[in-house]
Amino acid sequence: MSIWEYANPRKFLHTSERVMPVLWVSSGLLMAVGLIWGFFFTPDDYRQGSTVKIIFLHVPAALMAINAWFMMLVASLIWVIRRHHVSALAAKAAAPVGIVMTLIALATGAIWGQPMWGTWWAWDPRLTSFLVLFLFYLGYIALWEAIDNPDTAADLTAILCLVGTVFAVLSRYAVNFWNQGLHQGASLSLDEKENVADAFSNPLYVCMVGFGLFFVAMVFYRTGTEIRARRIKALMARERQEA
Amino acid sequence: MRDLRLAVRAGGGFGLGLAFFLIVTVMVPFSVGPESDLLARIAPGVLWLGALLSCLLSLDRLLALDWEDGSLDLLATAPLPLEAVVSIKALAHWITTGLPLVLAAPVLGVLLNLPLEGFKWVVISLLLGTPALSVIGTFGAALTVGLKRGGLLLSLLVMPLYVPTLIFGAEAARRGAMGMQVETPLLMLAGISAGVIALMPFASASVLRINLR
Repeated sequence: MSIWEYANPRKFLHTSERVMPVLWVSSGLLMAVGLIWGFFFTPDDYRQGSTVKIIFLHVPAALMAINAWFMMLVASLIWVIRRHHVSALAAKAAAPVGIVMTLIALATGAIWGQPMWGTWWAWDPRLTSFLVLFLFYLGYIALWEAIDNPDTAADLTAILCLVGTVFAVLSRYAVNFWNQGLHQGASLSLDEKENVADAFSNPLYVCMVGFGLFFVAMVFYRTGTEIRARRIKALMARERQEA
Repeated sequence: MRDLRLAVRAGGGFGLGLAFFLIVTVMVPFSVGPESDLLARIAPGVLWLGALLSCLLSLDRLLALDWEDGSLDLLATAPLPLEAVVSIKALAHWITTGLPLVLAAPVLGVLLNLPLEGFKWVVISLLLGTPALSVIGTFGAALTVGLKRGGLLLSLLVMPLYVPTLIFGAEAARRGAMGMQVETPLLMLAGISAGVIALMPFASASVLRINLR
């Protein structure tokens, strides 16, 4: 099994349709378990009270927002180097999911920040770089929409994605330099002693895996839609030629 | 060279960017009030933002004219590599837009009650930063050159790419105006400029090749 086999759209559709039900069900189950466990069966935090529970939406969404862009970067690279058509469509399919995840992270962050920091928004480095990421997504999607020729659009957006990644990372450091943070550091990291307590982290892991699977399922589903849309276009073009 | 001369001569937008810079700067006191303390505090940032916006405004003319009359196709088949062509285009854009902005900034700084020690740093930071704006803008212009109404999309695409340059440039100018040490942001700004001048033409040229296909 290699990814090159799936450059054939029919093969991709065949496999993804068999995998997707599993993905939908498992991601739905994991998200339900994680969220219910998180919302109803974890203790209140001694300082933050019950507001801490929004972490189960905020952190997985933020994680997926970044990883979605990363996935788009890899997919774009595969398209640019080897002309893997399904890969280009997968990058296109991932962008709207990624932007929604970014919005969820920003919105839940604002809702969480209001009682905790006393403000909906602060020009904190993490918040600001997420806003910049949101703008990058916006530009990427807008460029896809603006170009008629699908191959040209795939090429241009792929290069925009590559260049955008460099500048997104640059912005991250620039923003860090520009203002000191209000946001806490990473909540979960392997090399640190002080993490979120186990009572919170276990349902959080479940939620993260659930969100991840949900993202994969979404991308498969949307890529399938893109492939079919392109097929319809080709069929209609052929019909017009024959008529 | 021919390209540069042509770009300068064809630049009917030569004064336009400058006029826009002037207008933006004049509009700021109208919108935030005429207190001179406040103006002095925000002056470096306003000058940077104004320069950035006037740079942005002139971008869609950068390649569009050559695209329409087909001379871009000729340039692409010329012995000169396309990377060099876009570099020269960016240089021409900088000379017609960036450099006048740098020269005009101190004059407009007077209007905004910029502190005396700020003038030097605003000019230096703009001098270091505007080449980056031109080069990044060339990439944006190359991306959208085939589109009918690319202007708004161009701004949407280029603005996020301008974020690091703006942050370091405005930070350097602000620190300079407040009499703090400016080395770090200035070095970062110079680093960004050097980096994009070296690497961005490759991206712009490849994008242009796709559009010319």
